[in-house]
Amino acid sequence: MYEITLTHYLILSSIIFTIGIFGVFLNRKNLIIILMSIELMLLAVNINFIAFSTHLNLIVGQVFALFVLTVAAAEAAIGLAILVVFFRSRGSIAVDDANSMKG
Amino acid sequence: MLSVFFYLFSTIAVLSAIMVIIAKNPVHSVFFLILTFFNATGLFILMGAEFLAMLLLVVYVGAVAVLFLFVIMMLNIDFNSLRTGMIKNAPLGLLIGAVLLGEIIFSYLGMKYGVAGTPGNELFVVLSEVENTRALGNVIYTDYIYLFQCAGLILLVAMVGAIVLTHRKRENVKKQDAVKQTLRNKSESIDVNEVEIGKGVNNV
Repeated sequence: MYEITLTHYLILSSIIFTIGIFGVFLNRKNLIIILMSIELMLLAVNINFIAFSTHLNLIVGQVFALFVLTVAAAEAAIGLAILVVFFRSRGSIAVDDANSMKG
Repeated sequence: MLSVFFYLFSTIAVLSAIMVIIAKNPVHSVFFLILTFFNATGLFILMGAEFLAMLLLVVYVGAVAVLFLFVIMMLNIDFNSLRTGMIKNAPLGLLIGAVLLGEIIFSYLGMKYGVAGTPGNELFVVLSEVENTRALGNVIYTDYIYLFQCAGLILLVAMVGAIVLTHRKRENVKKQDAVKQTLRNKSESIDVNEVEIGKGVNNV
């Protein structure tokens, strides 16, 4: 009963992933919190990868988690740079103000 | 004993993840994000992935979180105005989140685990002769070398992109202009005048 199985880790990562998605919905105006929610989702993905890597006793899952980490760091850097440029031109970071492409 | 640590780390991770999205002040959000990553590090160590755990600490707490903090503190934003509409958006988000979480958990519970000789869904760290960092290095520098270099390229492009995006030209700053320097020639930079004695030079 007290043994921690793969399912525990999978359910934990799905909870964190859902919190990330909920954060995107909840903070529709604050771009910084949306970026942080995306980081939470990528963390959940990494937990999943490493749980399966340990479960199957294969190192490949950890290699892939390493690449996810790299891409997450690059994404945060680019996202924040875009945010700074957007704030300079519009004076706000609300997502609703990003409407110049009429999407 | 392991389960105690699992529940400790995962509870704090989930609670601080919730605090990340509902905190009033974005600076507090960043600190809760750091707490989440610390607890995820604990979970990674429980799963035997020590190298990735330390990497998560160095990359996230050391670099990404500091980047977030810098951006929040440099931009002069009225964060209270950004919180309007949170209550309005909450029901839809809760609905979608609950449906998604339910679907994922149902699919996990119905999953048949076990691939090729590892039946059941036990999760235990197999202690081998080779430690985690060495095992990871054995594959990323051999089998996955091209992907590893691609990761380096991605980071390079991200760095160049971030600099190009945020760089701005400022007026009245004296800077060396290499193109202008090499395009100078003798005729436009040296002016030979014959100066008569006692007159001096006027319009140089």
